[in-house]
Amino acid sequence: MIKLENINKTYFGAQPLHVLKGINLEVAEGELVSIMGASGSGKSTLLNILGILDNYDEGDYYLAGKLVKNLSENQAAEFRNKLIGFIFQSFNLIPFKTALENVALPLFYQGVNRKKRIMMAMEYLERFGLKDWAEHYPNELSGGQKQRVSIARALVTSPKIILADEPTGALDSKTSAEVMQILREVNASGITMVIVTHERGIANLTKKIVHLKDGVIESIEENDPDKMDFTKEIK
Amino acid sequence: MFDVDNINEIWQTIARNKTRSLLTAFGVFWGIFILVILLACGNGFDNGLRSQIEGFATNSTFIISSPTTEAYKGYQKGRDWNVDMSDIEAIKKKIKGVDMLSPIFSKWTYNGENNVFYGTKGGNFSLKGVLPNYIEIDRCKVMYGRFINETDIAEARKVCVLGKKAYEDIIGTDKNPLGLMIKANGIYYQVVGVVEAYNGNVSVSGSMDETIILPLTTMQIAYNTGDKFDFFVFTTARGYDTKDLQTEIKNLLRERHDIAPTDEGAFVCFGFEEIFTMFEYLFLGIKILIWIVGIGTLLSGVVGVSNIMLVTIKERTREIGVRRALGAKPSIIIRQVMAESLLLTILAGIVGLVIGVAIMVVVSGVVANTPSDDVMFLDPQIGFGAAIAATIIIVLSGLLAGVLPATRAIQIKAIDAIREE
Repeated sequence: MIKLENINKTYFGAQPLHVLKGINLEVAEGELVSIMGASGSGKSTLLNILGILDNYDEGDYYLAGKLVKNLSENQAAEFRNKLIGFIFQSFNLIPFKTALENVALPLFYQGVNRKKRIMMAMEYLERFGLKDWAEHYPNELSGGQKQRVSIARALVTSPKIILADEPTGALDSKTSAEVMQILREVNASGITMVIVTHERGIANLTKKIVHLKDGVIESIEENDPDKMDFTKEIK
Repeated sequence: MFDVDNINEIWQTIARNKTRSLLTAFGVFWGIFILVILLACGNGFDNGLRSQIEGFATNSTFIISSPTTEAYKGYQKGRDWNVDMSDIEAIKKKIKGVDMLSPIFSKWTYNGENNVFYGTKGGNFSLKGVLPNYIEIDRCKVMYGRFINETDIAEARKVCVLGKKAYEDIIGTDKNPLGLMIKANGIYYQVVGVVEAYNGNVSVSGSMDETIILPLTTMQIAYNTGDKFDFFVFTTARGYDTKDLQTEIKNLLRERHDIAPTDEGAFVCFGFEEIFTMFEYLFLGIKILIWIVGIGTLLSGVVGVSNIMLVTIKERTREIGVRRALGAKPSIIIRQVMAESLLLTILAGIVGLVIGVAIMVVVSGVVANTPSDDVMFLDPQIGFGAAIAATIIIVLSGLLAGVLPATRAIQIKAIDAIREE
């Protein structure tokens, strides 16, 4: 599903910063992978490149068999819209839209008509137990609810992969566990998922842990999450 | 561009910050409002002044003989000369392009004493001897009877036509004036008609309302001036140039009266066309000024909208980034920002236009119901064309206001949204 070949990325500022130094990584379809690393290890940059939010200087990135390189803004937007679902640490829900409207937004950019959009969005909200909260604005929702809305938003377009950037970073341990449970269920339904985190407890719930250090992959650790008692492990 | 979903999207963002949107929109509203008010007032003055000159043939020229200013053919300078009937005939015969031509013999009343009487009632009015076609030049409405006719001229009849005011003052509106005898400067004339001037304030040797009009020939006999008279007036026929015609006529008169070909001082030549042209330019100038001021005001409104939108875009960096991450193409972002500024400007502009027009309709009604002889301000409203132009300007300014914020908005990358500050 994801294939990275010798990805290099340098930020050219006052002091050029070589963030990614030749990343090679393959993620198969349906895998649940976490990327771990200290801050400054380049894990966010890697996620941005995976999400086609940022470009890379060298190497090749294949997503669902397609080479993602030198895309125009329009192509990138289309790739993101159709192939990728994003889950952010701070949810990034649009504050003046209701939960329902937030979930329906990616479909709006796909040109799906209003009625169908609302129907599909409602379906996903229901799946995450948010039916009664559909007409609420983000500031009327709890952190866990917000993250569930954003998961619904990421899934509504039926993407190939879900990219989650510290999905539990802003949540307490109990809600973190709930959210991770949902993400695992989503993964179990066959969607490839990459989670960036710096929490060991979160990484332990994934099947493959990629350790990133100073822009290179230090090690890839196979893991069996079912062995973990995740309620205890988190935090 | 404006389907329900888009309108919703745009409306949400505008309505989110009601006070700010309102204040922003006010700039545009004010610009259009001022433009409309200014245009309408300009039109009001234009109409007012036009109503002043209404009724007078705008293509007429007066030529008055004046003592010569150059010595010529043995004559000394400063010689008195007069136009006479044979000149009129010569002009009619030799010069093409003269539409109407009437000599005028005018008797002013200087001392202010009553000089015209009916019975014992009297008034102070000037006398004017003209040809029948004079009514075509100094246009007026015949209230009773008729104007001077050819027979009056041929037979030098002792008849007169009264101006409206003269009729009201010395005869009274309760009486039929036709056939009555009035005494003017000691001579009796029979009234054959009454004329009323249009509300124009432009006239030569007094308004027709305050004049006793006599046949030219009668007046020449009464004052014993032979076939001489004071001055004449002519109108230019369609397709001829008034300036050329004036020169031609002056040259002919110079030839006939032994005046030096270079002597301009021997005539007082007074063309209304020039004055009207001057007025036209004056109004054109005022109009241009109005548009400049109006558009300037509007422009500051546009800058306001643009400025606020820029701030809004800055504040919405994260939101726009999220939209980009969710798959919004740059064109969608541009469209949204442009549509926002368009909607804001159009709404504000239309409100300004409507309120401006409404106020001027009211003002117009007030002006129309205020009785006044000297109407300098009439029907202050903007024309359909100006309204259309204003609408187009509103739309254009909306687009203009959106350009900068839209450019700024598409520079926001999806990655900016996710960057945790």
